[in-house]
Amino acid sequence: MKQIGIQSIEELYVDIPPKFRLKRTLNLPSPLSEHEARTHVESLLSKNKTQRDMPIFLGAGCWPHYVPAAVEAIVQRTEFLTSYTPYQPEISQGMLQALFEYQSMICELTAMQVANCSMYDWPSALGEAVRMAARFTHRTEALVPKIIHPERAATLQTYVEPVGLRIKSVSYDPETGQLNMEDLKTKISENTAAVYIENPTYLGFVETQVEDIAEEAHDKGALFIVGVDPTSLGILEPPGEYGADVVVGEGQPLGNSMNLGGPLLGIFACRDDMELIRQMPGRIISMTTTLDGKKVGFCMALQTREQHIRRERATSNICSNEALCAVASAVYLALLGPQGLRELGESIMCRARYAIQLLDRIGGVKAPVFKSVHFKEFTVNFDQTETTVREVHERLLQHQVHGGKDLTKEFPDLGETALYCVTETHSKEDIDRLARALEEILREES
Amino acid sequence: MFKQARWDEPVIFSLGKTGRRGYVVPMVEEEIKSEVGDVKASVPEKLRRKMPPKLPELSEVEVVRHYTHLSQMNYGVDLGFYPLGSCTMKYNPKIDEILARSSSLTSIHPYQDERTVQGVLEIMYKLSQWLAEITGTYEVSLQPAAGAHGEFLGCLIMRAHHKFNSELEKRTELIVPDSAHGTNPASGTMAGFKIVVVPSDENGCVNLEALKAAASERTAGLMLTNPNTLGIFEKDIDEIAKIVHEVGGLLYYDGANLNAILGKARPGDMGFDIVHINIHKTFGTPHGGGGPGAGPVGVSSELEKFLPVPRIAFDGKHYRLDYDKPHSIGKIKGFYGNVAVLLRAFAYILSLGAEGLEEVGEVSVLNANYVMEKLKRIHGYELPYAQGRPRKHECVFSTKTLYKEKGIRALHIAKRILDYGMHAPITYFPLIVEEALMIEPTESYEREELDRFVKIMKRVAREAYANPHAVLEAPQNTAIPRLDEVRASHPKTMVLSWKMYLERTRP
Repeated sequence: MKQIGIQSIEELYVDIPPKFRLKRTLNLPSPLSEHEARTHVESLLSKNKTQRDMPIFLGAGCWPHYVPAAVEAIVQRTEFLTSYTPYQPEISQGMLQALFEYQSMICELTAMQVANCSMYDWPSALGEAVRMAARFTHRTEALVPKIIHPERAATLQTYVEPVGLRIKSVSYDPETGQLNMEDLKTKISENTAAVYIENPTYLGFVETQVEDIAEEAHDKGALFIVGVDPTSLGILEPPGEYGADVVVGEGQPLGNSMNLGGPLLGIFACRDDMELIRQMPGRIISMTTTLDGKKVGFCMALQTREQHIRRERATSNICSNEALCAVASAVYLALLGPQGLRELGESIMCRARYAIQLLDRIGGVKAPVFKSVHFKEFTVNFDQTETTVREVHERLLQHQVHGGKDLTKEFPDLGETALYCVTETHSKEDIDRLARALEEILREES
Repeated sequence: MFKQARWDEPVIFSLGKTGRRGYVVPMVEEEIKSEVGDVKASVPEKLRRKMPPKLPELSEVEVVRHYTHLSQMNYGVDLGFYPLGSCTMKYNPKIDEILARSSSLTSIHPYQDERTVQGVLEIMYKLSQWLAEITGTYEVSLQPAAGAHGEFLGCLIMRAHHKFNSELEKRTELIVPDSAHGTNPASGTMAGFKIVVVPSDENGCVNLEALKAAASERTAGLMLTNPNTLGIFEKDIDEIAKIVHEVGGLLYYDGANLNAILGKARPGDMGFDIVHINIHKTFGTPHGGGGPGAGPVGVSSELEKFLPVPRIAFDGKHYRLDYDKPHSIGKIKGFYGNVAVLLRAFAYILSLGAEGLEEVGEVSVLNANYVMEKLKRIHGYELPYAQGRPRKHECVFSTKTLYKEKGIRALHIAKRILDYGMHAPITYFPLIVEEALMIEPTESYEREELDRFVKIMKRVAREAYANPHAVLEAPQNTAIPRLDEVRASHPKTMVLSWKMYLERTRP
């Protein structure tokens, strides 16, 4: 204070009009020592019941997968953790290279050529993708499947509403759940900026008419956008192989914990088409060289798309993203490799199939509702039992099992149906326990 | 002498050997296998992956070594001074990291029955109340994932408000000062508004006459950062609020600079209707190389009904998620927000309390003014705008004279600072300052570290005059010298993925 010639800190606040000065202290709890704060927060957290206390069969946009210790260790490196956006590339090469590697691995998974270094999550990535398609095509509508996560549909709606884009939904085949191609053909037009599908779909099954859908979109000059769960891409054909122009998805399953649904990691990739790339939102890292051309290095690229340069004409306002989650995913994918990713997919699919078979055998239970191949999530219907999804859920909790997501409000057409999820973290014992509990509950009910 | 690690670390795709791996997925139990058979065969042929993804194949130790090497070529707050203006690069307490890694948080699913996640809902509920108290707003939504995401939400709330009053048709303009963060105009455009820019006056504050001229019945609102991006408090805020409110517009507070006024003044009391908070700036959560952060939004009681769903409700006994909000703008992302980031902020506020937060603000302002006073005396750095007025959390210098005299730009100064083992300030922002260096020291650094920074700044200025080559050729002590950023963005030379590299280098 002496050095800057003031007697009191208050002199630094003289320009705040007195009427706006807070004349009391903030009404907050008294400060706690580190020990007290830790005890307090831990005791609050201990009220939560976790996957360790009970098997949890929930997915729907955030999934229980194992996070390898090496991933945890790397993202705790404080050089990564406590750094900012790499505005000065020479002193931030580590983060830049890690993000370049993340982008590259996403390209390998999806069979696209370009990926950005993260969006907030799948829903917001979808919102940005549809807006991008509208800018690219100068059109005003997008077609999405009726079987879509309601939170993704809601977020998409929020993102497109201000620019006047219309979202139309395409119905599904009641037997298989597959996209209704007739309905698609009726609804697609010269106004369609994008046709969006998800694979696996929100209800867990594989959409198989992908090439026909791509053709339909491209014939009408629309972009084909595909949403993915990346854990499926060790065994399912990647969207780049069936004509996707843009791929979005949720990267959380790749090395990031659930944390009650946040932070997540929005995947965003596209074809190597300069016109498309110029419309991309988010940060992109490029490999380059030193000025003298002697060494390879990395820096942010195409920043003229971004808000800090282009301001109101930017492709998006995104600034802070989910960089550290992207690093976690890069480490995760590097640990698994192609073989690990395939085995992950197989393990998930086997376990999910096992659960489907076990549950479907229980009297009155139908699993899944749709006659299609399922990956890690599947519908379970209780219409032929004496009970409801809600009651089943209550009773399962008493058995220390957390059942699937109640779909009765989202998809009333499907009756008493819930969406269950099984991953590589669910052991045979967990699945058996679910089946036993269900059997017991339904026996008592009837 | 600073020397950053300089590992010759190839891109991971050229490491390892075929068949190696670093993690083994749990084996499927034999009973399951025999029960389900070959599940892959059930996938229709055309949907079965034919070409495996070309991911790297490495052992665990190779992966760990690679990324540890990379981390050593990265500079973070834990390594030293990080004066990026408007970014608030403060220390991130270690205890918050430990708490955020608790399995009682990491292993809970967002769709779990509310009764099984009462602990974390209580944390979220209380945090939102504390943030409302700190910002002087009525209610806070924790959903936005970042500051810009909060801005987008804020602009959507403006839309909803004007729509509710049947005025959206005519209220198409959003006013931002020329000193605003780039996210402000970008967020406004995303929300469908036309951006109207008002110039700053000779003191670097909003020009009231220009604002009066810009404000009209077409005005949806004004987005303002206060203290602004020059670190100057907009002392006419009362008048500004009146001008905007009188024409029926809303006042939006960009919370990037909230750190300066913690406990001293509250945006809500100044007339701001919508406020976003950068959790990763003000509340000590790590920036993670670009994210994840969190950007909660607080609003006045009149706008509360427009906040996104779900809201966390408390009936005196139980916490629950409330979706029954008919006027809500809906959802701006999946689930409820970046919970793991928010938990750290909860622990941060819990540790500091009201007095601690106020001290955070005071020390950050004291540090900024200390650095400003010291740098003012160094030939080569000029302080534009509002001489003699204290700054708040940051100060902005111009090196335009150095540029004229020696051809040395703010960019070169920044690069040379790196050579001395400190991160550089933000350069070329705000746009109203030529050759700008924007410096935010935060409260986290002791006087010796500030003095070290001043000394480095002095040395770099001296070098700029006496030995300009050293400055122009900087940095030399970082992992890599100056990069060709033009090449990185040119359609013919850019390499945005390893696949693109292989495709473009293949004959």
